[in-house]
Amino acid sequence: MQTTPSPFTFSGGIHPSYNKELCSGAPIRELPMPARLVVPLSQHLGAPAKPLVNVGDTVKAGQLIAEQNGFISAPVHAPAGGKVAAIEETLTAAGRTCAAIVIEPDGSQEWELLPRIADWRTADKKDLLAQIGAAGVVGMGGAGFPTRIKLSPPADKPIDTVILNGAECEPYLTSDHRMMLEFAREIRVGAEIIRQILGAKSLRIAIEDNKPDAIAAMEQAFQGIDGDVAVTVLRTSYPQGSEKQQIYSVTGREVPRGGLPMDVGCVVENVSTAYAVYDAVANGRPLVRRVISVTGDAVQQPSNLLAPAGTLYSDLVAACGGLRGKPAKVISGGPMMGFTVSTLNVPTGKTASGLLLLSAGKISSYTSQACISCGRCVDACPMGLNPSELSQCIEADDIESAEQIALMDCVECGCCAYVCPAHRPMVHHMRRGKALVMAKRSAAKK
Amino acid sequence: MKPESPSDLYIVSSSPHTHSGESVERIMLDVLIALAPAFLAACWFFRLEALRLTFVCVAACLLTEWLCRKAMGRARAISDLSATVTGVLLAFNLPPALPTWMAVAGSVFSIAIAKQVFGGLGYNPFNPALAGRAFMLISFTGAMTTWSQSTWLQKIAGAGADAVTTATPLGFAKEALKSGQALPVFNTGLLSDFFIGNMNGCIGETSALALLLGAAYLLYRKVITWHIPAAYLLTVLAYAVILSLASPATAIPPLFHLLSGGLILGAFFMATDMVTTPVTRRGMLIFGIGCGIITMVIRTVKTGAYPEGVSFAILIMNAFTPLINRATRNRVFGTKK
Repeated sequence: MQTTPSPFTFSGGIHPSYNKELCSGAPIRELPMPARLVVPLSQHLGAPAKPLVNVGDTVKAGQLIAEQNGFISAPVHAPAGGKVAAIEETLTAAGRTCAAIVIEPDGSQEWELLPRIADWRTADKKDLLAQIGAAGVVGMGGAGFPTRIKLSPPADKPIDTVILNGAECEPYLTSDHRMMLEFAREIRVGAEIIRQILGAKSLRIAIEDNKPDAIAAMEQAFQGIDGDVAVTVLRTSYPQGSEKQQIYSVTGREVPRGGLPMDVGCVVENVSTAYAVYDAVANGRPLVRRVISVTGDAVQQPSNLLAPAGTLYSDLVAACGGLRGKPAKVISGGPMMGFTVSTLNVPTGKTASGLLLLSAGKISSYTSQACISCGRCVDACPMGLNPSELSQCIEADDIESAEQIALMDCVECGCCAYVCPAHRPMVHHMRRGKALVMAKRSAAKK
Repeated sequence: MKPESPSDLYIVSSSPHTHSGESVERIMLDVLIALAPAFLAACWFFRLEALRLTFVCVAACLLTEWLCRKAMGRARAISDLSATVTGVLLAFNLPPALPTWMAVAGSVFSIAIAKQVFGGLGYNPFNPALAGRAFMLISFTGAMTTWSQSTWLQKIAGAGADAVTTATPLGFAKEALKSGQALPVFNTGLLSDFFIGNMNGCIGETSALALLLGAAYLLYRKVITWHIPAAYLLTVLAYAVILSLASPATAIPPLFHLLSGGLILGAFFMATDMVTTPVTRRGMLIFGIGCGIITMVIRTVKTGAYPEGVSFAILIMNAFTPLINRATRNRVFGTKK
């Protein structure tokens, strides 16, 4: 066990104001149980879960209420005991709609847990994966890819390195930071379980150098661990938390174009996901709650709240002393890649790491101008693209050209739009262009 | 889900929701700030002529910009300060005694033909100020190459000699080159005059000192990077060193090339114009090297008409910018190194 500076740093990237001090010092608080939970059936990548309960049913905390529906999917459990009040459409954190099971908690503390696997060190890999799948664990860094699948790479893709992602490069957000400080031992166990499942030789804990206390906490928690384990200190730079950039910073390997981390022998798991893996295996507890940073200048008391999935944003804000003035934007996630929602009547889910409320003075609002070819986006792009040219192609509806100059390699990190002096909405252009490419491809299949 | 009244709704937009705070206006303002020392130097050396030309060009550029935008039914663009920058740069590229109406004609060409016809800021393929200067050089050849009387040549011929000249240093050198005479030895006192700006030339190009102060500010503010100016200046220097090694008697000394014409103004303020130059670092280096070679070819080929090549070199390289951008794309992450 050692601590080393990362041997590489991806090219490009930006240094936005991090604003993490708003809540990085706020210990995790458990949210008082809300009167109503709107539990989305799609809190993961893939097909929405299929409901197993009916309106009027009484459920226990932890009870399976919707089952995995297909290979890329995940089950959903009741975050609290209570009555199923409705099954209805809800707006999601990403600004889409999906079906949700509405539960009115009755205050019962009884949990329905999965059988624990106390001695996981001797457990079979299959059983561990089944447990993680049954507990509905998904990637909690944002994408929500089912962890069970990520930890089952095909035999011809051996994994030699597990990277625990504690970079948390999004400005404002501190939920992973607080998890590392307060649940370091649990995260270690989760990481060991992941390493064992994958049979990986090396384990790296990747943290940006602006979180020295988290680095110290992880160093201490991983003391005495066997094997090739190190805390890798990343240079603070956005987007260090992005999977491909992080793999490069830690190992010097580049995930090939169109490929996956397993193509270079790596699996990246978020620190909060490691905690969820621990909780599922050692305690049999399904993933029904998580820590979310509720922060920004338009909330009274920025906090890190342990909240059940399905908590409405309005309840989170109330638990933080209410709004301060009127927010201009309400953002699910951070300011670089988060999604805006039009109302606080939106529930959290397994992937919700932050709720950001910003006043008009803190958001960028602008009229976009013509590109002046300053090239700042070219310098900032961590994928080596020319965002200026891409966005102009897409504006001109020249999707073929955009595709040729690697539109589909864009990770939508937002560095280009952040640095653009002409305030061009580049990420919007990229998303629109990608959607048109996908539509063209699916039309070609038919 | 119940619909809510619009006033209760929050703004929905694509990410990112935060911004560096940089703007086109701020970049243009920085360029103007960086041009201020050279403007003061111009006022010192050329007195009211510098004030007159700068005022006329800026006013004519702004008015043309306003009229064009109005005629095209486009949003106003005066406030982005780009027309002001064009006006100042054009004025800096004019000889002090130029008639006012010619300066107006050049300004109208710069903005209307070289910029707004293409769609305005961001769409122009050529540097508007240099396009205006090229137009004037062809249309008003006499007036554009008439320089005020100056005594800089006395330092070569020796005090007391009747050496008042109306030539620019480069013009003088080119004549010597054409006639096959050996160039007189340029002493160091002369070079320091050139460095400060005490010589014939366009009003804004003579003081390397003032221009370098402004260039340092642009580099500090990260408005420009070192790539184009460094590649440009080093290419000129290398080319001149090779020439003077090849024929020490007749070649123009390297430092004379760097300081005696429009090179410093061109390298830091015209060849770095964002709109008309490459976006990749490698592309910028190629652009600078190309500018350097073309400048030196124009300056030193005996049969050529022009003693100075900076403007044409940059304009020619502007035409290559799209090609250079295409040829120097960055490597996409995850593709072969």
